Amino acid sequence: MKLREVKDILEASVVVGEEKLDMEVSTAFGADLMSDVLAFAKAGSILLTGLTNAQIIKTAADRSIAAIIIVRGKEPSTEAIEMARELQIPILSTKYILFETAGILYSKGIVGCLKKVDGDFYK
Amino acid sequence: MRKASSAVWKKLKPEVNASENILVKNSFDVDGGNFDTAGTVSTRIKSILKEQGLPSDVVRRSAIVSYEAEINVVSYAKRGVINLTVTPAAVEIAVNDEGPGIPDIEKAMQQGYSTASQQIREMGFGAGMGLYNIKSYSDRFDISSEVDKGTFLKMIILIQKP
Amino acid sequence: MKLREIKEILNAEVIVGEDKLDIEVKTAFGADLMSDVLAFAKAGSMLLTGLTNTQVVRIANVLDIAAIILVRGKKPPAEAIALAKDVHIPILTTKYILFETAGRLFAKGIVGCLEKVEAGSERI
Ligand SMILES: Nc1ncnc2c1ncn2[C@@H]1O[C@H](COP(=O)(O)OP(=O)(O)OP(=O)(O)O)[C@@H](O)[C@H]1O
Ligand SMILES: [Mg+2]
Repeated sequence: MKLREVKDILEASVVVGEEKLDMEVSTAFGADLMSDVLAFAKAGSILLTGLTNAQIIKTAADRSIAAIIIVRGKEPSTEAIEMARELQIPILSTKYILFETAGILYSKGIVGCLKKVDGDFYK
Repeated sequence: MRKASSAVWKKLKPEVNASENILVKNSFDVDGGNFDTAGTVSTRIKSILKEQGLPSDVVRRSAIVSYEAEINVVSYAKRGVINLTVTPAAVEIAVNDEGPGIPDIEKAMQQGYSTASQQIREMGFGAGMGLYNIKSYSDRFDISSEVDKGTFLKMIILIQKP
Repeated sequence: MKLREIKEILNAEVIVGEDKLDIEVKTAFGADLMSDVLAFAKAGSMLLTGLTNTQVVRIANVLDIAAIILVRGKKPPAEAIALAKDVHIPILTTKYILFETAGRLFAKGIVGCLEKVEAGSERI
């Protein structure tokens, strides 16, 4: 699915990365804990989060996350926006809560970047 | 009580009148830095309010604002006291702490602003939403602070809406 | 839907509240930020979270959360288990990540306790 479709489905606003809406995405990870993002989020996935600070943008970029979807109607901080521009990582913002965001995307075919946290599924 | 605080107190007096029938008056100590007991005061407050038979919305909002304030004392201050007063008209929760104080209250009230340490963040705090939640869940809210001294919060939840 | 069905859908393990699997749940909220849970989660909803400390149980108690579903294979510490037993809040743990957990439950008809963070979108 194109990021543009993700944006449309979630009625999201594009905070950073208007020019990147044609990128393809197929997997997602949702968390508000930096350490869990570091541990489990996979390169190329979209990250659904309620974190809005510059650190999460840096962490996401380090993990080669494709795009950040900020949930619960939150606005990223100015520093976060600057960081995202610099690291060229798109930020979208949606009013849907994380549960709904995940539910809606899942029903449109987006899957978890890993299914389970289990010996067999760690990669 | 510090000067700044008593001014706040006076300003809010009409809501909880001293001459009014006081149903509950309780004071609880909060231990700064102790996350093992953090939140226990608010749990107590919730059950006290429930026992009073207050509407569930009032109980819930009181517990939320008290919890957020309590966690802030544990996260940022040395120690604090939470005073609970219930009258037929309102629940009043006043929180006084000894600690670093808040240099810029306006900034601290903004959603997303947080100085929480990495350790506190890993416990799930540090969204910078606590004070904002307190404000939105109380019917009246006042905050004052003195750097290197402490912070004073007063929240009022009305039982009967005017 | 009964909590028992949630357990089946998520291949979850029941850590606290084996006796409470017949409670009915319809709505959920998922977050790892305590203040966001306090701001938005509604009484009677399930809380999906990666937080396992005693604070999350205290918050669930403050909010009258129906059950805590720990995601990403997390296991709560002994103190959190003891507290949950005390306050009678069931804790289940699933290996699914939050995205998959939400996706699977949503597909079976569970909805958010609110849809969006905007006025009038509360579901309960
Ligand atoms: N009692 C206090 N003493 C000193 N500083 C405080 C106190 N309460 C709040 N602050 C300051 O105000 C900031 C914002 O507080 P707020 O409760 O809104 O968010 P937070 O505690 O950082 O995160 P959250 O409450 O969402 O977990 C804090 O990060 C801290 O810098
Ligand atoms: Mg706080």
